[in-house]
Amino acid sequence: MTSPVLGYVDRTGPLHRLSGVSKLALALGVVIGAMIGFDVRYLAAVSLGSLVLWGMSRVRVRDLAVVLWLVAIFATLNNIGIFLFAPGYGTELFGTRHVLLEGPWRWDVTAEQLFYQSAVTLKYVAVLPSVLLFVATTRPPEFASSLARIGVPYRIAYAVSLALRYIPDVQREFRTISQAQQARGLDTSRAAGLRTRVRNLASVLLPLLLGTFDRIEAVSAAMELRGFGRGRRRTWLVRTPLRLPDLVLISLAVLLVAVPLVLLGVNDGRFWNPFL
Amino acid sequence: MTVSRSPVTQVVAIGIGAALFFVLGRFVAIPTPIPNTTISIQYAVLAVFAVLYGPLVGALAGLIGHILIDATGFGIWLSWEISSGVFGLVVGLLLLRTAIEDGVFDRALALRFTAAVVIANALAWLVVAPLGDVLIYSEPANKVWTQGALAFAANSVTAAVLGLIILSLYARTRTRTGSLSRER
Amino acid sequence: MSTAAGTGEQPLIELRGCSFQYRAQAEPTLRDIDLAVRRGEKVAIVGASGSGKSTLLRVLNGMIPHHHRGTITGSVRVAGHDPAEAPLVETARVVGTVLQDSNNQFVGLSVAEDIAFSLENQQVPTEEMPERIARAARLTGIEDRLGDSPHDLSGGQKQRVAIAGVLVDEVDVLLLDEPLANLDPAAGRATVELLDDLHREQGTTIVIVEHRLEDVLHRDVDRIVLLSEGRIVADAPPGEVLASGRLEAHGIRPPLHVTALRRAGAPVTADQRPSRAADIDLTPAQIEAVRAWTEDAPDPASELSDDGDPALELEGVRVEIPVGPERTTVALDGIDARIRCGEMLGVLGSNGAGKSTLARVLCGFETATAGRVRIGGADATGWSLAERGERIGFVLQEPGQMLSQPRVLDEIALGLRARSLPDEEIARRSEEVLAVCGLRPFRSWPLSALSHGQRKRVSIAAVLALEPEVLLLDEPTAGQDHAHYSEFMEFLRGVHRAGTTVVLITHDMHLALEHTRRVLVLSGGHLLADDHPAAVLTDPELSARADLVTTGLYDLARRCGVPDPARLVRRVIAADRHEREEAR
Ligand SMILES: Nc1ncnc2c1ncn2[C@@H]1O[C@H](COP(=O)(O)OP(=O)(O)OP(=O)(O)O)[C@@H](O)[C@H]1O
Ligand SMILES: Nc1ncnc2c1ncn2[C@@H]1O[C@H](COP(=O)(O)OP(=O)(O)OP(=O)(O)O)[C@@H](O)[C@H]1O
Ligand SMILES: [Mg+2]
Ligand SMILES: [Mg+2]
Repeated sequence: MTSPVLGYVDRTGPLHRLSGVSKLALALGVVIGAMIGFDVRYLAAVSLGSLVLWGMSRVRVRDLAVVLWLVAIFATLNNIGIFLFAPGYGTELFGTRHVLLEGPWRWDVTAEQLFYQSAVTLKYVAVLPSVLLFVATTRPPEFASSLARIGVPYRIAYAVSLALRYIPDVQREFRTISQAQQARGLDTSRAAGLRTRVRNLASVLLPLLLGTFDRIEAVSAAMELRGFGRGRRRTWLVRTPLRLPDLVLISLAVLLVAVPLVLLGVNDGRFWNPFL
Repeated sequence: MTVSRSPVTQVVAIGIGAALFFVLGRFVAIPTPIPNTTISIQYAVLAVFAVLYGPLVGALAGLIGHILIDATGFGIWLSWEISSGVFGLVVGLLLLRTAIEDGVFDRALALRFTAAVVIANALAWLVVAPLGDVLIYSEPANKVWTQGALAFAANSVTAAVLGLIILSLYARTRTRTGSLSRER
Repeated sequence: MSTAAGTGEQPLIELRGCSFQYRAQAEPTLRDIDLAVRRGEKVAIVGASGSGKSTLLRVLNGMIPHHHRGTITGSVRVAGHDPAEAPLVETARVVGTVLQDSNNQFVGLSVAEDIAFSLENQQVPTEEMPERIARAARLTGIEDRLGDSPHDLSGGQKQRVAIAGVLVDEVDVLLLDEPLANLDPAAGRATVELLDDLHREQGTTIVIVEHRLEDVLHRDVDRIVLLSEGRIVADAPPGEVLASGRLEAHGIRPPLHVTALRRAGAPVTADQRPSRAADIDLTPAQIEAVRAWTEDAPDPASELSDDGDPALELEGVRVEIPVGPERTTVALDGIDARIRCGEMLGVLGSNGAGKSTLARVLCGFETATAGRVRIGGADATGWSLAERGERIGFVLQEPGQMLSQPRVLDEIALGLRARSLPDEEIARRSEEVLAVCGLRPFRSWPLSALSHGQRKRVSIAAVLALEPEVLLLDEPTAGQDHAHYSEFMEFLRGVHRAGTTVVLITHDMHLALEHTRRVLVLSGGHLLADDHPAAVLTDPELSARADLVTTGLYDLARRCGVPDPARLVRRVIAADRHEREEAR
């Protein structure tokens, strides 16, 4: 746990120049839209859009290689899980059954099941790049002000900023403590028995927590002394003004949420059913 | 060194609690004898935060911490992030007034804590998360409830065991100074 | 009660008969404090650890009673208002506080953001901020780092950001709680100079709490306030306080030249402006006394010969630390050094020079990107942390990072149990280290009831019990008062005499001079020197490159015409040691 896994990628591209608010709106639009919508056509369009954005952003695939691997593994496992547990779910949803491949017991591969599972997978593909892109192209200081601008109470927005601020510190602290305890012979690796491991783990967590409580006291004293939390609002230093491309993005976000809502009515349900 | 609960302290506790949740959830995995299964210890820490700083801090630290983990990893999967928040909230609500600050951690409190952790886990992983998966993501019910049951069992055991160890150690660090005398 | 009608004579801060008791405490922490600070004054507050200095600052900035509960009696006036009645922010607009740990005060994600923090909270429009940020950053000399994140800054730079973040409000008073504790000597002086410039050019009133009195006095202060057990026992211009001998009586180390003159039988008087060795008015009698006294300095201890088995060896060690995707920073490069068995060695260098990294690579906390570490002659590449831990005991700078058990005794036994030693052996070793570390009376206390210095000793005891051959200590005396410091160093010497090799990482030049015969000097990850501490400190070019600063004794020796300043240093050390032995 030494190297930072992911964060802001400092390589100015067109997305970097946009305001954090519009990017946040877009990411939210995608997340919410993909949450509501299960129409494969819609999901495919959004996925395509996400990939195009990625291409524009100048964030390289290599920057996020680790993360993409994790995602691929997660998506694969989830797909396998769904198939194992509910191979007939597609048929249940769409009301027809076109067997493509006979399997053992109930695990026949049907066109409906494949269709359903591809919709689930498309959901990932639609949501993930946009969230990652938001994280990779928005400077962390802009996170909090963007959250506040879309209506999150500023105290909570600032808590997010504090989390980002102290993640590296906590990470370093955890590493040091656990090394210091290992040097004293406390083993938390596979070599020790489970009981010992849990006890040793507690002797790493306790200093970490006690240190954290002290830090919370100190940080809140520092913030209170500098006037945090008194006013009903606060202003933000980092605040990119909205320009035309931003407004386009925000409209797009609204559209992204509106389309699946409309589709709900058109399809008479969440799924578009090509099998009827 | 007393844990205060002023509004500013709560904001800081949410932020740093989320950072802690993130670091433990993202980078620290304790291997178990069962292959490919790891103990996730962040819920034990979240439970401790909820006990010490209250339900609001527990809820938001869990929610924000989990969103940060997912936003840099698997992608937003709202039903599970909300469940982390629910877990923190419920533990905090069920243990609103405790004397642990004064070093009191007796059997009754230990039982209460264990019960709270189990109830909170049940709500989070047997109700909210699977329900969300079914309603939001249209996942097959038997799959999500199996997943939820696994998460419930694993998280209940780790959060209760580790949480109890941490809290009892913590309570013992808080013994009143007045009761101490030097030994020869 | 005085009327608040603000004439020019009205002190900016005024405490009358003020006492304060924390709710958790059985006794008051502050007793009957009378203190007045006028506009434009510069006041240094000193006192032993636990004497109530931080508590006093909390009364002034309103944290008491707004944040800490307890009972306060007497009257407090800050700029004509009672901080207890005014909202915390109102007080903070007049009184800006810089906390000891600048890392915790740095809440923003970048320098500019952190400086703007207070403006944001006052809802200053975004457009007006950059100008005010630039002004505060210029005043503190941090204007070219505005975009940096906290991890890119050294301790001294974070300190400047903290001061800028307070100055951006155009406060009248700056309260600083141990601002120098974690800074290297040069950065410490730079901070003192910065504060002095603010004081003179902006007319800022300054109240500074610090253990490093000699560094604070590097620039003039108007008054020194000495606290002891919650009472003010001295409040006078620095000359008077230094001449009175009260500092020593209350566990504070006066500047070394003052000690030397007193020991030489020619103590300073208040009218000599004794704050700094460089411009004190020395009388001919004093000069003569110092010269004569220096004559009986013990000869330099015979230098250790180069043989003796090597305990630790570094060969071409390089350490790179990843700081981002595709980005690393080089913390150490091309380090070659040998540490012999039974040595007591110092490691000096500026903030960020790589001293802690050196310790970490020896213990295996950090892996060397190139080069080799040998422990006891054997190549340690591939050793686990636990294997290295059996040979090397590393005591981290922050004792909190190691202490995980509720009771002292459990903490010491923890490592021994992990090594599955038999119970009798655990009991024997625990008893032994408890006695050596002076912790027996506290053996069943909870750790939270101990002071910082005692906790530090517990962390050492826990490591000592493992009976390592080498003891590595990272800044063992930072932020401790002189009484604890001496006690602590005596204890370490005992451990050393018993045969343990000791490596001390420190910013305290006098400590290095007093206790080590060889120091490694690091700068920017490179080894600049490996020599006797006196030789290092008398080399001006080397000192400047490594941000080291000579102590007042060097100036005193120069002023008195003592040809070999190291001789005076040895004389003072000998006298100190003699006095401590007398005191036993
Ligand atoms: N929040 C608190 N609650 C209860 N007691 C406290 C609190 N803060 C400090 N004290 C007690 O008050 C006394 C004075 O503490 P204070 O921090 O003011 O000392 P100090 O002079 O600043 O020491 P140091 O040089 O070690 O920083 C100590 O005995 C300490 O235990
Ligand atoms: N985990 C880390 N991540 C990033 N940079 C680091 C890390 N640890 C150390 N560094 C960098 O390596 C360099 C050497 O740091 P180190 O802590 O060894 O300095 P030091 O000499 O101990 O300083 P100080 O006197 O302030 O303790 C510094 O520039 C520091 O910023
Ligand atoms: Mg203090
Ligand atoms: Mg260091």
